[in-house]
Amino acid sequence: MKDLFNKPLLDAQALYKHFAVGRKPSLLDRLRGTAKPVSMLHAVDDVTFTIGKGETLGLVGESGCGKSTLVRLLTRLLDLTDGSIHLDGEEIGHLPAKGFGRSPYRPRIQMVFQDAGDSLNPRFTAFTAIADPIRRLKPIPREALKARVEELAGMCGLPVELLGRFPHQLSGGQKARVGIARAIAVEPDLLILDEPTAALDVSVQVVILQLLEDLKQRLGMSYLFVSHDLNVVRLLCDRVMVMYLGRIVESGPAERVFRYPAHPYTKALLSAIPHFDSLSGDAGHATPRLRISGEPRSPIDPDPKVCRFYGRCPNGTEACSQAMPLLQGVGPGHSVACHFPLADTAAADIAKPDPLIEDVA
Amino acid sequence: MSAVPVLSVDSLSVEFRTRSGIVKALENVSFAVNKGEMVAIVGESGSGKSVTAFTVMGILDAAGRVTRGTATFGGLDLLQAPEAALRDIRGREMSMIFQNPRVALNPIRRVGDQIADVLLQHGNVTRREAPKRAIEMLQKVRIPDPERRARAYPFELSGGMCQRIMIAIALACSPKMLIADEPTTGLDVTTQAAIMDLIAELGKDQGMATLLITHDLGMAAEYCDHIVVMHAGHIVEAAPTAELFAHPRHPYTAKLIAATPKPTVSLMDLAAIPGNLPDLRAAEIAPCRYSARCERKQTRCDQALPQVLGDVKNSVVACWNPL
Amino acid sequence: MSETLKHIRYVLTENPVTLFAFSLFGFILFCALFGPYLAPYDPLATNGAATLQPPSGAHWFGTDALGRDIFSRVLVATRLDLGIAFFSVVLTFAIGALAGIAAGFFGGWVDRVVGRLADTIMAFPLFVLAMGIVAALGNTVGNIVLATAIINTPLYARVARAEANIRRNAGFVEAARLSGNGEARILLMQILPNILPILMVQCSLTMGYAILNAAGLSFIGLGIAPPTPEWGILVAEGAAYMISGEWWVALFPGLALMTAVFCFNLLGDGLRDIVDPRRRT
Repeated sequence: MKDLFNKPLLDAQALYKHFAVGRKPSLLDRLRGTAKPVSMLHAVDDVTFTIGKGETLGLVGESGCGKSTLVRLLTRLLDLTDGSIHLDGEEIGHLPAKGFGRSPYRPRIQMVFQDAGDSLNPRFTAFTAIADPIRRLKPIPREALKARVEELAGMCGLPVELLGRFPHQLSGGQKARVGIARAIAVEPDLLILDEPTAALDVSVQVVILQLLEDLKQRLGMSYLFVSHDLNVVRLLCDRVMVMYLGRIVESGPAERVFRYPAHPYTKALLSAIPHFDSLSGDAGHATPRLRISGEPRSPIDPDPKVCRFYGRCPNGTEACSQAMPLLQGVGPGHSVACHFPLADTAAADIAKPDPLIEDVA
Repeated sequence: MSAVPVLSVDSLSVEFRTRSGIVKALENVSFAVNKGEMVAIVGESGSGKSVTAFTVMGILDAAGRVTRGTATFGGLDLLQAPEAALRDIRGREMSMIFQNPRVALNPIRRVGDQIADVLLQHGNVTRREAPKRAIEMLQKVRIPDPERRARAYPFELSGGMCQRIMIAIALACSPKMLIADEPTTGLDVTTQAAIMDLIAELGKDQGMATLLITHDLGMAAEYCDHIVVMHAGHIVEAAPTAELFAHPRHPYTAKLIAATPKPTVSLMDLAAIPGNLPDLRAAEIAPCRYSARCERKQTRCDQALPQVLGDVKNSVVACWNPL
Repeated sequence: MSETLKHIRYVLTENPVTLFAFSLFGFILFCALFGPYLAPYDPLATNGAATLQPPSGAHWFGTDALGRDIFSRVLVATRLDLGIAFFSVVLTFAIGALAGIAAGFFGGWVDRVVGRLADTIMAFPLFVLAMGIVAALGNTVGNIVLATAIINTPLYARVARAEANIRRNAGFVEAARLSGNGEARILLMQILPNILPILMVQCSLTMGYAILNAAGLSFIGLGIAPPTPEWGILVAEGAAYMISGEWWVALFPGLALMTAVFCFNLLGDGLRDIVDPRRRT
């Protein structure tokens, strides 16, 4: 693994994003010296990872797990509380989000939004939407711009005659294509895909995923693919990270995490996906059901000594409330933040090395 | 299987008048939902699955018009019943969970009060009990910190939370029939599983009939007894769940199954469905609305649409050349 | 559920009312543009021989104490009343919309400053505030426009603020940031075009208030000075004759005033239904 992606495109080290919540201490409180410390919401807590050149990294987690915040930190729409982000070896984490639009790094990190409908301004045509980043970031003459937008539309499978249409005149799949064309317009190195197919029909989803895979090959981009659907993540990603309440709980090669989830949360996520394998007679990959109940712990001022999953975890013990588990290796490139990683991982690993993992390594 | 279904829809056809002509949104749609049974209507956007649900609930858009058919619920034809009778049924005996909870919730009332309203209107609770019951309902749909959330306005809650509120409202009066229109779209997978488990559980306990409208074949497979597959306003296939997945007979059903990501299939092996939905505004629509996209098309497909009975009981395939 | 039903019922009745409001607006606009040329009499010409005549074929709305034709005076006044209202709304739009959008989009201190200013204005009885402004600055047409604009601004700014606030985190705003747009550019090029229709609706409603306010100022003698025909003055002049039985002197200008306000309010409702996509079928 390390050899293949030895110089990562993106290197995120110990990212933190905390938001102040609740009432700020009043002036009077501060004068009296009775000001209580402000409560902090730990949206992203000690997140470290890299994305190699040409690699697709999956980020899986449910709403509120901090994946949107993490995405906004990486796209530099939000300022970091702490940590560093290196793009191609250059530190970009300290650049203020406010002025990042004028920095030379702006075109290099772009994003495809979750809801293509919401991410397109209802008052602008498809042409204007795709042309906007070029006009702002890499201005070219009018004629060239027209040719470039048409080229981009062609690359994304959007008929050129649809360029004059407004978002409400386009189908879901067509809007998704406009969103993708806009994101690749300034030739980014890193494209962040925030659930790009969540709003699409399955038959369209297939086509869009295949388009994204094709564009990646042609343009040599790296992807960060954010999703809640492990089945979809698996299709596109080399590696996946699973996030829970601001922390990475498991990361590793996609196929491996999928087959031998080591963290109970990953396993619960996998078994929550409704499927019909056993019904359609495909090879039985019946994961034993693992349902988690209860509510996530509060992300506000969390106890640094307690595992974030403690309380919902079926395997939780005293130990989980006394020390926060840190990421530790459980296999090639596979690490998990759990005191009691699920046994079948290690066993399967020792018993017979996974051929798929060997291929990648 | 009980003799009289809770809901029975027969030969339903619906048209919409629009600026650009009449849209034949539904044509000859028939299905039934029995007590304690969960039936799924599966289809992609534009298949007419939501229109079916709206027609049954009597909340069809003003531009829509039922041209044919009946929808019988408890001996009453919902399509002919007076508005007062419908109002009495809706919310108490037959509830609906909407696709877009933000539109369905009153934006200026606290969510706890909205649940209490429904309870007071239809249920047998006193004004004093209602808020407490509302909080219980919030707990039931697994909303953390229900006492605090009951006092929240819809805009203060995430989309997922709003959806759970909607489910709480729909289930508040323990209805006989629940129509769930994409109930878990936008919810987390683990929550989705929990909510679907909850709906299935309640359905079983109370003998509630459930009609699940979804685009997710996996969900339909996991929770439903019977699946109705729709395409462009037609039912193309209907069969018991196990049968449908083991032996899909309509080419569209087979494609849909092959397009759904599964743990065992790679990206390039997933099937894309070529072509688009036919224009339902056209004066002349091919009798089989899938024929233009179909790889198994024959000449007689252009002449009439068959209603071939499937091999199994209660199954139907609308195809001349089924798999 | 009942929301949807109400909406369905509403949509059914929507068109005729909107149509009526629009035709009425067309008529009022026509009167404002061509009134002075169509008036049968000089609105300022007195006629000692025909004072306080009741409505007749020669004087449709009758005549006043000086024998002036009320129909001509009401007709000619349309331009002035509409003009005052129009320019005050333009001013309201310019100040209120920009301040409101900035407050809603940026939040923080901008929001607090705009909010406090709006609150301060709203803390006064609005009409009294308008009286105060005109009294202090002198009763010229310009000052009436200004006073009317000032008292309408807070409401207007609040609408703009709310609409901008909804959209500040919309996907297209973030997409615009990623495309390298600065905040001011996003405000003007992305947010403003989206809420413009809603602001136009508010303009129509504000027009109604503005006409009432301008007429009100004139009615109490702080607005347009007689003998210039203006609906507020005409009503004020006629008020004295109500008791003595000459009802037409006050009634017809009053009706004109009412019709105009009514028209703009209806128009606002109709416009709202047209521009609000959630209410569209």
